[in-house]
Amino acid sequence: MEYITGINRQIKERMIRIFFFFVALTSTTILVFIMYFLLTEGLPIFNEISVKEFFFGHYWYPTDDPPDFGIFPLIIASIAVTVVSAVISIPLGVFTALYLAEVASAGLRRWIKPVVELLAALPSVVIGFFGMVIVAPFLQEALNIATGLNLFNASLMLAFMSIPTICSISEDAIYSVPAELKEASLALGATHCETIFRVIVPASISGICTAVILGMSRAIGETMVVLMVAGGAAMVPGSIFDPVRPMPASIAAEMAEAPFRGEHYHALFATGIVLFVFTLIFNLFADYIANRYRQVGASTL
Amino acid sequence: MDNTNTNRRKRMKQKSLAIFVLAMTILLTANPALAGSIVIKGSTTVLPIALKVAEAYMKQNPGIKISISGGGSGNGIKALIDGSTDIADSSRFIKEKEVKLAIDKGSYPVPFAVAYDCIVPIVHPSNSMINISLAQLKDIYTGKIKNWKNIGGPDRPVVVISRDTSSGTYEVWHKKVMKKTRVFPGALLQASNGAVTQAVSKNKNAVGYIGLGYMNKEVKPLMVNDIKGSAETTLNGMYPVSRPLFMFTPGWPEGDTMDFINFLLHPQKGQKYIRDIGFVPLY
Repeated sequence: MEYITGINRQIKERMIRIFFFFVALTSTTILVFIMYFLLTEGLPIFNEISVKEFFFGHYWYPTDDPPDFGIFPLIIASIAVTVVSAVISIPLGVFTALYLAEVASAGLRRWIKPVVELLAALPSVVIGFFGMVIVAPFLQEALNIATGLNLFNASLMLAFMSIPTICSISEDAIYSVPAELKEASLALGATHCETIFRVIVPASISGICTAVILGMSRAIGETMVVLMVAGGAAMVPGSIFDPVRPMPASIAAEMAEAPFRGEHYHALFATGIVLFVFTLIFNLFADYIANRYRQVGASTL
Repeated sequence: MDNTNTNRRKRMKQKSLAIFVLAMTILLTANPALAGSIVIKGSTTVLPIALKVAEAYMKQNPGIKISISGGGSGNGIKALIDGSTDIADSSRFIKEKEVKLAIDKGSYPVPFAVAYDCIVPIVHPSNSMINISLAQLKDIYTGKIKNWKNIGGPDRPVVVISRDTSSGTYEVWHKKVMKKTRVFPGALLQASNGAVTQAVSKNKNAVGYIGLGYMNKEVKPLMVNDIKGSAETTLNGMYPVSRPLFMFTPGWPEGDTMDFINFLLHPQKGQKYIRDIGFVPLY
């Protein structure tokens, strides 16, 4: 009797193993298929134009005859909105995290953290609409610029979207710094402020960097906001108040009407590959930093 | 020996793959003209017309199922050539090359003009401009005119708003106003008629263009070459920025398809919906 249940248990165990293996396999396979699809649909554009023309061409006129497929202004636009949004979102996100983890009382923390995370639940189309209808006219009036739909507005909206990511992940990192480190610092006579900036931040820097990079990778791939708010001019911006056209906006606006398997279609997929490579680099970098600068252990009595 | 074996295996693999592909093709391109169903594909500009009229038609003829998809004029005509659609929506007339392809496949495409599209330049209501010439519009959209005062307007910079280059509305603008020259890269891009209206209504420097049916009180239409864009000027051919919209059928339509086209072209039936969705009806 004992013996048979033993076999049954083994079979059950094997079944569960196989089940989980296939679950894991499914998601990986789907990912591989998507990548394969992306490459096969995107790469044919390089039969039509050279790699240099594609990456460094200044003109994006995909439906003209003859067409131009230069995505240089699009790449610059994507980088510009991401960098400007990072300048806004990193201080806000990290300092909010520090406040929540170190300064705020437990009761306050219980309230503020969900509210910040709720920002992440706002659909991007809502944020885009807010930027278009409220922020754009305001910026235009307040700064007396030609149009409120510009790089700055888009960066601001993207910052709103990446703050929850940055804040939430860095807060976890800061919160998990061993209490001994903090106590030791305070015991040595450091003030709370010194402890935060000299001990806690360095100890959690890998988590904070990961948070920042994941937040930025969210910003660079975000589509709806930049489509609605960035203005959409395919030119290299001269100032942060110029309209720009990041890569996702271009793909979203044009894909629906691009002739299937035409040059334009392939060019949009190739733009998608570039975008994919960008986010991949961001994520690999985040992974690297998370491992490289990890705080390993703390010694206590 | 080993080599031939692997070769054979490879061949078999290729064979089974070929069979699989064939099966899929047959499944996917199964004859669309089943009794009581109509397939419509093509231009996203014509899509709302097809949707609205099909809805009314199906209410009157509950036995008939109409499936409609967008995908662009080119794709619609491609589907017509392949025989995978009963009706192809198109915002342009069929090209000679496409007609030839269709005839090679054994069908002669028949065009039906179903409505007219009329594109009107719009500005912020506070702008004092009333009329603009085609040449001035072109200069604005190529970036030559940068201030409204250069063409008799207020002293404000011009913010140029255009549509994504894949849209049917852009196509009309590109052809009729730009005469196929390029809109300058500094023009803002919006992805729909609604978004252009929204952007222009919020910006006193802006100029944009939309389909006549999307006009609302928050923006001000401009006359082009002293002609006001309206249903009347579109139909009599006076207004310069307009075009007919088509549905093509493979050969003269029969059965349900014929019935649907008749419904669509009828002044008291299909045509009365055209104005509601922003286009100019035929009558």
